[in-house]
Amino acid sequence: MMMMPREDDTWFDDAAGPIARPYTITGGRTHADNIDLQLLSLVVALPGPAEADSMAPEYARIVRLCQRPLSVAEIAAHLDLPVPIVKVLLADLIERGHVIYRTSQPLSEAPDQHVLQAVLDGIRRL
Amino acid sequence: MAFAGSEPRRNVSATVVKLLIAGGFGVGKTTMVGSVSEISPLRTEEAITQASAGIDDLTGVESKTTTTVALDFGRITINPELILYLFGTPGQDRFWFMWDELAQGALGAVVLADTRRLETCFPAVDFFERRGLPFVVGVNCFDNAYRYGTEEVRAALELDETVPILLCDARDRESTKQVLVVLMQQVMAQAALARR
Repeated sequence: MMMMPREDDTWFDDAAGPIARPYTITGGRTHADNIDLQLLSLVVALPGPAEADSMAPEYARIVRLCQRPLSVAEIAAHLDLPVPIVKVLLADLIERGHVIYRTSQPLSEAPDQHVLQAVLDGIRRL
Repeated sequence: MAFAGSEPRRNVSATVVKLLIAGGFGVGKTTMVGSVSEISPLRTEEAITQASAGIDDLTGVESKTTTTVALDFGRITINPELILYLFGTPGQDRFWFMWDELAQGALGAVVLADTRRLETCFPAVDFFERRGLPFVVGVNCFDNAYRYGTEEVRAALELDETVPILLCDARDRESTKQVLVVLMQQVMAQAALARR
């Protein structure tokens, strides 16, 4: 795969717009191979917040944030980063064993009647 | 319990479900999400060139043509094993291609209608009808808006009589709850029919 040299970080300019910059965090990578993260995949960090101090800032933020299960969408919103960027950062953390995620597809178009009833009851209790 | 141990807290096995809140731009989708969400509605951005076309590099022009679609959503933790997300669909027509992805795995949808601009919810009604996704129509009663009856709205939208229509106030928690309860009943009824 052709990639721009990492050390050359002047390939974009202001006209590239705000979306270009976040991709520099991921070294230009725009998707994570092998790890199937979706908008509503749940992830949680294994290290505690103190252990995050030694990590690179973007990873540390994710680890501190994910002390309880959060969806990819929530992490992206909290970090104010586009979803694809967050997926790449999460994939790095997953590969290093710092984050676990739900591998199976959590969303089903036909959940069983018990799940639907629980959703209905839950809404009524709000 | 303040300290329940790390295991339950680090659990990612919860079932995740989602409902959609659709309708035209400015109809009150995010307001409706916020009225029942346990968190303030969050906004996340999907970068389109990457998500839709799978473009793998950012060598120049792509970065200028990248569009982001903002998605507003909320969360209701029903219990530690069941989390409901409410997603507002993008209101602008040019983001239609996002809908397939959003609708995937959704249990059902609320189509929020504004009687002053009823035509803005036609595309959403068409989309959910075609897809066979259970939906209800919530007629958001804006201040000063002329209030049509639900049957007038049904006729204007050419809605099947099996689709529930409710008058609602998207700002009001009880009103939104009522809409979502009727939606879930519709989802369950449709699921029961499909099992036969």
